[in-house]
Amino acid sequence: MNPAVLLASSNTLVHLSPVDLVIIIFYFVLVLAIGLYLKEQANTGEDFFMAGREMTAWVAGLAFLSANLGSLELMGWAGNSYKYGILAAHWYWIGAIPAMLFLALVMMPFYHICKTHSVPGYLKLRFGQGAQAISSISFAFMTVLMSGINMYAMAVVMKVVLGWNMHFSIWVSAMTVAVYVALGGLRSAIFNEVLQFFLIWAGALLIPIMGLIEAGGWHGLQAKILQNLTELNVPNPGSYTHLWSTLGHFSSNPMGINWVGIVFGLGAVISMGYWTTDFLVVQRVLSAKDLRSAELAPIIGAAFKMMVPFIVILPGLLGLALLRDPQGHLIRLVDAGLAWSPQGQAQGLHGYDEVLPLMLARYCGPGLLGLGITALVAGFMSGMAGNVSAFTTVWTYDIYGALINKNASDESKVKMGRWVTIIGVIVSILTAYIAKGMPSIMDYVQALFSFFIAPLFGTVILGMLWKRATPAGGWSGLLAGTLSSLGMYLWVKFDPSAVRYVALSMDAQDQAQNMFRALWCCSICVIVTVVVSLVTKPKPEGELKDLVYGLTPIPKTEHVSMFHSPIFWGVVVAIVFIVLQIIFW
Amino acid sequence: MKSGGSLSIWFFIGVSLAVNGAIICGTGIYELMRPPEHHVVLYNLHANVWWGAIMLILGLFFSLRFSPAKERARMAGNS
Repeated sequence: MNPAVLLASSNTLVHLSPVDLVIIIFYFVLVLAIGLYLKEQANTGEDFFMAGREMTAWVAGLAFLSANLGSLELMGWAGNSYKYGILAAHWYWIGAIPAMLFLALVMMPFYHICKTHSVPGYLKLRFGQGAQAISSISFAFMTVLMSGINMYAMAVVMKVVLGWNMHFSIWVSAMTVAVYVALGGLRSAIFNEVLQFFLIWAGALLIPIMGLIEAGGWHGLQAKILQNLTELNVPNPGSYTHLWSTLGHFSSNPMGINWVGIVFGLGAVISMGYWTTDFLVVQRVLSAKDLRSAELAPIIGAAFKMMVPFIVILPGLLGLALLRDPQGHLIRLVDAGLAWSPQGQAQGLHGYDEVLPLMLARYCGPGLLGLGITALVAGFMSGMAGNVSAFTTVWTYDIYGALINKNASDESKVKMGRWVTIIGVIVSILTAYIAKGMPSIMDYVQALFSFFIAPLFGTVILGMLWKRATPAGGWSGLLAGTLSSLGMYLWVKFDPSAVRYVALSMDAQDQAQNMFRALWCCSICVIVTVVVSLVTKPKPEGELKDLVYGLTPIPKTEHVSMFHSPIFWGVVVAIVFIVLQIIFW
Repeated sequence: MKSGGSLSIWFFIGVSLAVNGAIICGTGIYELMRPPEHHVVLYNLHANVWWGAIMLILGLFFSLRFSPAKERARMAGNS
């Protein structure tokens, strides 16, 4: 019997052909082969946790982006663009590009010079063990939860598209990640992330190309969305294809947010916090071989990040314009909670996050379908490997090495790293089911970011730029920021009317609440840090060398031509970013 | 880049694109000769033929440009 038939039930969007299975199996064999090949190059702590600090700018830059480009990212943001329209693209543009350029040109020299193994490691040098303990424990907690979300996202694809048993797909993929990361450490994770980057683009790029052909180009797509949403009596149907022009008022766009939330909550806090202090992505850049490569890597990542909406946001918009059932009626996707309920299943409803698989099934026949599924699995693996390798490093250096066994040898750290990789994967499998209760995956992720990342940014940036910030100020600000964010989340959870205080409007949807919560908790972190620092004793300036702006001699990079200069490419990326905002205004 | 051995990451990428491209393009050509009963939307564009061909060409370029023999020669030249 055909093996594809054995795996798939009859109630699925598509059935894989043997050709598709060959492509998927070939991918699994290749990533395991890379892990085995690199095992011999992961013997020391520097090799296992930092990939020997010898990656080129291109490899570090693509891994930097790919670690963030998980299946969660692909499916979650496609779902969000279906739900919120083109406003979701803000998370790729103003919510990423300025922060990536800031990391490259302002913050990278500090990380590179102090030779830290992790962001909590920097906090230990700057603020002492209190701040390190808070950030490492919250980061470890966040990474295993994120791995769980990635796992859930992939299991949904397999269930919805192929009818595969969720446990089967979770365990096979998770164990593959565990094996190749445990064998080759960060180097293996990075190599596979670069491979996965190419596969994701090869598998996903065809959907927007075919979709735009079917819709009649961008203007045809806009017209169809307007027509469909008007037919469904959706408020503000024209706002789904405009990036900025509908952000004057909370009620004039589908997200219930205004420009203050996008510019300050997303652009200045969440984005800066994620791209400059989330160790998952920063770890990739720290593996660069020299300072110029470390500065170029985020700029290369930013250039590709600007193009990701083409394979993520556009399919969501195409879903709004083109998805109809066999009788020609418009298909309206719904919250996952409703789609996955017994009533939803009986009515054949689909959740927002299923829009990408639905579009994949629409255009991709045998072979291409296998490649598309491989792209989603590759996305899952790169996202999970990123979380697992970052978790392993933070656990080994900032929890085990700093709090449990301060005299651990390099050899025992590598051994610990391999075991923690396996344990981290198993724990994150257990967290996958938490994600099932959330209405939209990305709302859940942004909630996590607002708890942990937003206050962390306040602490790190004050630590780098203000020499008067004291250890007591640093850890108390971080603690106050994290607790206030959790407090605001619980306040709205138990009293939904509180949203008018937290997010300034009763129209605010989940994403808008996340942005404002991040803005407030980062502000609280900064205020507490400043106030406590002013009443406590500062560190002597001699101890702040290489840690604080103004006390750190930035090494001059070698003289290079304009086309090799990080500043030149940073300016190019910034100009393209501005042009994109104007085009889709 | 240094990969710890003579195999570059770009070689692995080339192999992956070339193998997948050959399979997809081959499937598309087979479908041209024996059209399937159920078509995907825009089947008439035969996306698997040209998309597979693009991947195959790109994959062959990477595989040859970063082949183990060339990498060994380059590393020997550097040392």
